[in-house]
Amino acid sequence: MEEVKPRIAIHKFTSCDGCQLAFLHLGEDLLTLAEKVDIVHFVEMGPINPTAKVDVAYIEGSISTPEEAKRIREIRANSRYLVTIGACATAGGIQALRNFADTKSWMQAIYATPETISTLDTATAISTHVKVDYEIYGCPVNSQQVLASLLSLLQKVTPTARRDKVCLECKRLGYVCVMVTKGEPCMGPVTHTGCGALCPSLGRGCYACYGPAENINTDSLTQWLSSLGLSDAEIARRFLFIQNSAPGFKEAGLKLQKKKAS
Amino acid sequence: MKDIEKDLTIPIIARVEGEGALHLKIHEGKISQLELSIYEPPRLFEKFLEGRAPNEVIDAVARICGICPVAYQMSAVQAIEHIFEMKVSPWVHEMRRLFYCGEWMESHGLHIHMLAAPDFLRYPSVIAMAKDHPDIVKRGLHLHGLGLMLMALLGKRSVHPVGACVGGFYAAPKISAVLEVLAQFKKSLPLAQELVLWSASLPMAKVTQEFTSVCLRHPQEYPMNEGRIVSDRGLDIDISEFDNYLKESQVPYSTALQCHLQGKSYLVGPLARLNLNHHLLPAEVHDILKEGNITFPTQNMFHSVIARSVEIYYAMLEAIRIMENYVYTTTPHTPITPRAGIGFGCTEAPRGLLWHRYEFNDEGLVASSRIVPPTSQNQARIEEDLWHSLMAYGLDHSDDDLRFHSEMVIRNYDPCISCSTHFLQLKVDRV
Repeated sequence: MEEVKPRIAIHKFTSCDGCQLAFLHLGEDLLTLAEKVDIVHFVEMGPINPTAKVDVAYIEGSISTPEEAKRIREIRANSRYLVTIGACATAGGIQALRNFADTKSWMQAIYATPETISTLDTATAISTHVKVDYEIYGCPVNSQQVLASLLSLLQKVTPTARRDKVCLECKRLGYVCVMVTKGEPCMGPVTHTGCGALCPSLGRGCYACYGPAENINTDSLTQWLSSLGLSDAEIARRFLFIQNSAPGFKEAGLKLQKKKAS
Repeated sequence: MKDIEKDLTIPIIARVEGEGALHLKIHEGKISQLELSIYEPPRLFEKFLEGRAPNEVIDAVARICGICPVAYQMSAVQAIEHIFEMKVSPWVHEMRRLFYCGEWMESHGLHIHMLAAPDFLRYPSVIAMAKDHPDIVKRGLHLHGLGLMLMALLGKRSVHPVGACVGGFYAAPKISAVLEVLAQFKKSLPLAQELVLWSASLPMAKVTQEFTSVCLRHPQEYPMNEGRIVSDRGLDIDISEFDNYLKESQVPYSTALQCHLQGKSYLVGPLARLNLNHHLLPAEVHDILKEGNITFPTQNMFHSVIARSVEIYYAMLEAIRIMENYVYTTTPHTPITPRAGIGFGCTEAPRGLLWHRYEFNDEGLVASSRIVPPTSQNQARIEEDLWHSLMAYGLDHSDDDLRFHSEMVIRNYDPCISCSTHFLQLKVDRV
């Protein structure tokens, strides 16, 4: 009897292409993966079949055009599991900064004839539009996270997410705290682990590219950062950066902006 | 057949980075309309960089492109250091070059093996190609992996690396880490030589066309981070003069911004770099070119794949040279003293010239920014090439053949459409 391989698709929306590299940067493991599953849609690698029925659809990018808002619904209807990879798909990405601005005036500033461009005023997470089965926040996600989610889902097991903080990662890896010892502003206390605490390993503060951890205390971190001499505007920019529209970060950033304005 | 009008649309161009489409109209045996459409949605980077601090810019611009984040970071640091009147140390100069070598290897390695080679050998994807040519694919993935390793040596990860800052790097890699990478590079050098010879042996059309090559040129170095902007038609300008000569505009049949040099299309990227700088390559590279009977300059666009292989080999030699001379430092970056002003940065991204302009205000924050990525510069050239190449190929070929040939022509430029700082969505008029 011929073995039926699971089918997966990798779809791109508004993004930098960086998270789909979690597949293309696998090296020889990519060839192994292609033996275990059928990759039925992955434009950058070659296969095009956007409306194929699949077991797992990986989504990179946020929704920023009317066409994208329509396309994600079709993909949802055709996919058993839908997984978002990266900050754009999971929280809108850095381009969601338009959500706090006047998108029309931004368009006019960059494009001579903005009326010919079809774009929405917002860049939003996939979960704003359809049901998402599993979310991976990192900007960028890494190959291990993506493959681990695939293996779990194909076994019909809910992937386990580590939602603890970069702070704990630093402790596990034995890195000296950059905030305590050097006074470096660090987002580690509120940021989701998974990156390997790369920035503190270089002596720089975390800039929160992996998004919010579980049960974060943004007020406490705000006080810490203030005590290091950062202004409200500077702290707000740290929350409203790569993961600006992620829950917790958005509220903390907007609160500081409001405080500054009043 | 001659008197009918036919439309050929490639709605999604596979194996390019980002998303684009091509619309071709043929009328009485001639091309009546040809549109390369970029439908990557705009992300408005230039606006949300406003109000950001210098090092936030470095982390933000990486997000323009997951495939060439180093290029965006390097053009930005250069522009910001220009404004702050900073001079970086020779150590930083060398490390930036090393960082860039990694990205060229990563990007070119990915392009050659996963995007372009399946064209030349007639496979739908690298996966299909690997079944018949496992050794070629594995060699390519290995060299690509070495590029990733080098990016991670200085940046901790290959996508959106976190090591670079204005003034240099946050930390210097340990000598032991450098030696480990160096050993891998030395061991793998013969593979890059094989790659060059293999790419030159690929079946490709012997067609030449007129085009202008544009890139950076430095008196001593094969260009990466520094130099003047030059062409093979006499252009020789400082990077601050970019705007006076290289104009972004709209074309009547599309809304996509295109760049022209004094009204004409031009080529940027590895082939342009080799055409103008082959004399700066070390003897080892010239030896392999001789062995493979490869000559630069060339006006055959299909030779782009060879140019990428040559640059992988060069990047490996250059990386080995830099790593062999590596010294650890406790001052991996010079401190910043922000000031107001305007500055320019221009470096050689894997796909070609990447130009940035920033204005900073008195608070040391971005007042305005402009970014011109290489693919927007190549866009007019790609369309011109398609007109030329499809006529030369013969329009009486089947739709499938025309589609295949068009895609192959487009992929020569390795268009990276995801750098959508500057691309417009196109309304395709389907008759």
